[in-house]
Amino acid sequence: MSLLNISGSPHVHSDESTKKIMWRVNAALVPALLCAIAYFGINALLVSIVSVLACVLFQWLIEKFIMKVPSTVSDGSAVVTGLLLAFNVPATVDMLWIVVIGALVAIGIGKMSFGGLGKNPFNPAIVGRIFLLISFPVQMTTWPQVGGLFPMTFDVPTGATPLGAFKEGALGEGVTFMDAFLGHIGGSMGEVSAIAILLGAAYLCWKKIITWHIPVTFIGTAFVFSAILWLVNPETYMDPLMTILTGGIMLGACFMATDMVTSPMAKSGQLIFGFGCGLLTIIIRNWGSYPEGVSFAILIMNSVTPLLNRWCKPKRFAE
Amino acid sequence: MKTFRMGGVHPEENKISNDAAIEVVPVGKQMVVLMNQHLGAPATPVVQKGDKVKVGQLIGEAQAFMCANVHSPVSGTVLKVDTCKDAFGLAKPAVYITVEGDEWMETIDRTPDIKRECALEPKEIVAKLKEMGIVGLGGATFPAHIKYSVPEGKKAEYLIINAAECEPYLTSDYRVMMEHAEEVCIGVSILRKALGVPNAYIGIESNKPLAIKKMQETAKQFEGIIIEPLKVKYPQGAEKQLINAVTGRKVGSGKLPIDSGCVVSNLGTSFAVYEAIQKNKPLIENILTVTGKDLKTQHNCLVRIGTTYNEIISHTIGQLPESTGKVISGGTMMGKAVVNLDAPTVKGNSSVLVMMESEARRAPETNCIRCGKCASACPMGLEPYLFSLLVKNNRVEESKEHNILDCIECGCCFFSCPANKPLTDEIRLGKNRVRAMLAAKK
Repeated sequence: MSLLNISGSPHVHSDESTKKIMWRVNAALVPALLCAIAYFGINALLVSIVSVLACVLFQWLIEKFIMKVPSTVSDGSAVVTGLLLAFNVPATVDMLWIVVIGALVAIGIGKMSFGGLGKNPFNPAIVGRIFLLISFPVQMTTWPQVGGLFPMTFDVPTGATPLGAFKEGALGEGVTFMDAFLGHIGGSMGEVSAIAILLGAAYLCWKKIITWHIPVTFIGTAFVFSAILWLVNPETYMDPLMTILTGGIMLGACFMATDMVTSPMAKSGQLIFGFGCGLLTIIIRNWGSYPEGVSFAILIMNSVTPLLNRWCKPKRFAE
Repeated sequence: MKTFRMGGVHPEENKISNDAAIEVVPVGKQMVVLMNQHLGAPATPVVQKGDKVKVGQLIGEAQAFMCANVHSPVSGTVLKVDTCKDAFGLAKPAVYITVEGDEWMETIDRTPDIKRECALEPKEIVAKLKEMGIVGLGGATFPAHIKYSVPEGKKAEYLIINAAECEPYLTSDYRVMMEHAEEVCIGVSILRKALGVPNAYIGIESNKPLAIKKMQETAKQFEGIIIEPLKVKYPQGAEKQLINAVTGRKVGSGKLPIDSGCVVSNLGTSFAVYEAIQKNKPLIENILTVTGKDLKTQHNCLVRIGTTYNEIISHTIGQLPESTGKVISGGTMMGKAVVNLDAPTVKGNSSVLVMMESEARRAPETNCIRCGKCASACPMGLEPYLFSLLVKNNRVEESKEHNILDCIECGCCFFSCPANKPLTDEIRLGKNRVRAMLAAKK
């Protein structure tokens, strides 16, 4: 026995760690990844691998050569960013190099420039995605069409997403609710299958990494708001169920808006945050110039998070 | 099952010393009795070098308001009145006694008979609590005579006895319930009489089913003692949380339990009250748990207050195992790491907890990921992550505005932090700064 250790209480710790949380989020993304591979084939797999490797590599390089701090890539957060970034782009051959640029922006500007994990005000994957959307508008909106399962070809036919088609005036013809629920629709690779995303979200809820507050208010607000619009004029506005099943609402609400770092900490703040995300998404979708507004909505609400943290206090014991 | 509503965590219970019956640790050759064994001012020594003392004789008198009498735990000759370093390395006034035999004060009833009837009036009970140096044995060592003197204009409605023992590892209250249930109930009845409340509630966490059964059976023979099984959730035994669990009431920020009509005492205290009132025995003994995952044997023992940690260790487990990394006085959530094993034990000590080297070190701290787990775990509804930032930036005024003084230092925030941030340490620092600021303003 050497000298006794001295430290303040408590002397025990739960087995929670940042690393565990991040790797669990990665595990929760696996069903959506498998779905993407099933619908978009080898391209989806390659884009995901490139995106993840690029994110991890950029974080490692920046920590080693610019910040000169011990590497934290093993905590898995760069892998989360890589996967989410890949999920937010179409699974095409072009993306194999474009996504590398997205990874640099996501990790370099979105995360490390603020000081790394925990210090970034905006969700890094969304920063990367929006950068790509603005810089590569053609490639970012060239959507592969879903054929059969496991298409093993690089050269897939392309077409519009249900949201894009709707924006052009075609009322998302030929897409059934079941297609949208299972993911048999065009779109970014990780967002197409609602069921796979919900499965991952359920796992995160079970592991207490996320709570229902943000996803439910986000999706609920989007549903209610679009339902009101649809009831007013079903000719111009999209069916509310289709609204929440297509595009990025499911992925955004379950995995991107719930990012611990960039969402409010108090439950009341989270409710406002989710409400804002849902509201802004529908506003941008219907009256903005882009067919999809989830990324912008989350980014805007990310910027409100510090204020929400200031305004929304947890309930004190004696209140 | 009753519980407090907000926050809380569930650390590994580790009640491995549950089945070890209370054993007596013999008295050593010399005894050092600290004069500062309670919350408040130290007692004033009333003996001098060369004086002969008996077991139970008054050696330190409470002269300040917030103070408690200290009695000799042994018989012998006073060697000197000096200072002694306590378990945490702070020098405290102390009386050194060379032990000679074991001669008790004649007034103390040492027969094993259990005495049920108590003819004393409430005021007399409180006076006797003061005389016998009774303090709260739950950890805060608040002088009992002050707690049981209900101030003008306030009214006690509930007496709550804390037998939750929600801290991991500790089993001394459990053993007292198993071995001295009747004495405990008598002690509780006396306290109930002192306050003049209709009912006393004994809150016991449901991980002690045998103790709940035993206490329920014993309490049947007494009037107005109700056993409340409580959910196993830390910090169920914290004063405000226990009041919330048992009565549903909430003691406000900066308020005392009596402001909500409640008085809370620890279970060990009620046993001490029985001995003091019925047997004239001052508070000169402690019941401690000696435990640890790597110890070959687990113990609960009765020691004279003033026995050193090393004496307890050598009597119970021989010596500390090679793997020892830390020794804690108290439980793993709120206990303090012992600096000096040659220090005497004091009133309110509840354990000698031996932790292995492998459990004794903190994991490295990483960036806060703003997960909010600290705020969800906080039983007071505070924002530990915010205090961490405010304290680092020395923003004392703001820490106060965000109710930092409401923190009960239960440790739930640090326990649940995935980034291993030492939130409880930072908050303690912040609280001290706020107190210093308030003192400077006065």
